[in-house]
Amino acid sequence: MKNNNKRNNRMLKWIVNISFFVISFIALFPIISLLISSFRPSSILMRDGISLTFDLNTLNINNYQFIFTQAADYWQWYGNSLVISAVTIVLSLFFSSMVGYALAVYDFKGRNFFFILVLFILMVPFEILMLPLYQLMISTKLINTYTAVILPMVVAPIAVFFFRQYALGLPKELMDSARIDGATEYGIFFRIMMPLMLPSFAAMGILQGLGSWNNFLWPLIVLRSNDMFTLPLGLATLLTPYGNNYDILIAGSVMTVVPILILFIFFQRYFVEGLTVGGVKG
Amino acid sequence: MSPSSANAKKTIEPVNGSDNFKLRKRGPERPNSAQKGPNKFFKFLNSKKVAPYIFVAPFLISFLILSLYPAIQAIIMSFQSILPGQVTFIGLENYARIPNPTFYRALFNTTVYVVMTVAILVAVPILLSAFLNSSLVKFKTFFRASLFVPALASIIVSGMVFRLMFGETDTAAANQFLGWLGIGSVDWRYESWSAMFLLVLLTSWRWMGVNILYFLAALQNVPKELYEAADIDGATAVQKFRFVTLPFLKPVTIFVTTITIINGFRMFEESFVFWEAGSPGNIGLTIVGYLYQQGIQQNNMGFGAAIGVILMLIIFVISFIQLILTGAFKKGDE
Repeated sequence: MKNNNKRNNRMLKWIVNISFFVISFIALFPIISLLISSFRPSSILMRDGISLTFDLNTLNINNYQFIFTQAADYWQWYGNSLVISAVTIVLSLFFSSMVGYALAVYDFKGRNFFFILVLFILMVPFEILMLPLYQLMISTKLINTYTAVILPMVVAPIAVFFFRQYALGLPKELMDSARIDGATEYGIFFRIMMPLMLPSFAAMGILQGLGSWNNFLWPLIVLRSNDMFTLPLGLATLLTPYGNNYDILIAGSVMTVVPILILFIFFQRYFVEGLTVGGVKG
Repeated sequence: MSPSSANAKKTIEPVNGSDNFKLRKRGPERPNSAQKGPNKFFKFLNSKKVAPYIFVAPFLISFLILSLYPAIQAIIMSFQSILPGQVTFIGLENYARIPNPTFYRALFNTTVYVVMTVAILVAVPILLSAFLNSSLVKFKTFFRASLFVPALASIIVSGMVFRLMFGETDTAAANQFLGWLGIGSVDWRYESWSAMFLLVLLTSWRWMGVNILYFLAALQNVPKELYEAADIDGATAVQKFRFVTLPFLKPVTIFVTTITIINGFRMFEESFVFWEAGSPGNIGLTIVGYLYQQGIQQNNMGFGAAIGVILMLIIFVISFIQLILTGAFKKGDE
């Protein structure tokens, strides 16, 4: 009887583990097939789509050669995306960390109101702000600029929420002793507390960075000319049945994903924290 | 800094709290103090009472301009007819125009999509995370990481891959697979059921790993003793899951359900990547897609804003239900 149980258990283990391998394979399959397809002739890709079978002999690096030598547009988009993401990360983290910190460590009039306000903004979908913001960008002549893309992303209530949560755990005694040592309130934040909050900056930096790197709807609305497009926008323009740019599309897609995958391998913990931020309890 | 501060600490430490405060106020006397000279304005800025407001100010200003103003403006716009250089108040006319076949189609698509993604993205992650949390599974880190990877690629890139895998030709991956099973090819992007299938599949694939992580985090909080107690009572694995694990997962389940519903109602990019601006017979049209079509493409901003207000109301109601279910209001009373 006991032996039987053990055997059953071992069987179950095998079944469960094999199922998980299958599930992981399914999860990774599109990424793997994207990688493989990027080494296939783009004409075949365009005709056949991504197939389960392919001829090993036709694999080559022509797509990458093309993108590195003749796709100036693509690198323009890449640069745009890099600039927009970098500025978005810096500004939104700067603003929201200060708020989260202040909400956590200071007792000031209106603190609760402010916190409820943050929770409230969290509920307002961006889609409703979109049309008025679009009007605002038109009237301020910011259409088709980096500024127009970046500005709405600066208000990051979710990051405020996260920073507050993190700052609640900071040792407040440090603040008092720093004050005694003559540090200013701002010095305390920038020199003492910010370094202590570094892990939360990493997590939120990834959240905001990924969000803006992959952002689509808002840039689609405010960016007009090809030379201002971000990567997702530019790649989307190639995704037509009439174009013949599948070489840029496929190799270019790989090159937007691979840097993130590499970052993910090294900073897994912060990716996980950043992307599951909604789970922290108030 | 360090020697003098150590000195300062030594002299101050024995003194009790209130004296500490006095010492701080006499700051300028100490050589190490940042408050050099009697700069009143600086002192004012640096006081514990003013500093938090300064910390909050940049966010507050950007919130006022970039969130509050547009939110109010959107509601105002929804009562207006907006033509270049001519804005007129038209009352509820925009809202009266909303109940039309296209909007119903968008609402129908979105609702079906929400129901299906919730069913898949809540039930399956609970099950998978329970297994991942058990001793049955060997390569936990690998499985967790590989399930998480889809969330990293943009919808445009992953959507493009899906589009090419679910192409209409017999040679595209999905049809090839069906061919091996002896089933005829499907025009994935051109049939109502398969269009919905593609949308739900893309979303489920992208968010499965993230949702598993939510549940895994919650599973860490289940006290081990409860399982031991259940073992002593002779509970089966299924019973343990049903009566020990599930009750502990209630809060996170409510949370994951809520974000899945909200993200579902906000869905746009998934549909865009499959059909760009328009799908045949609107089989892929969503509420936000309709908003984009009307508000941006047709420049019918008043009408678009009205759709946005409806969307916001839907999301508020869902958030409100979540708050009730998680007992947020009860806590406030205590």
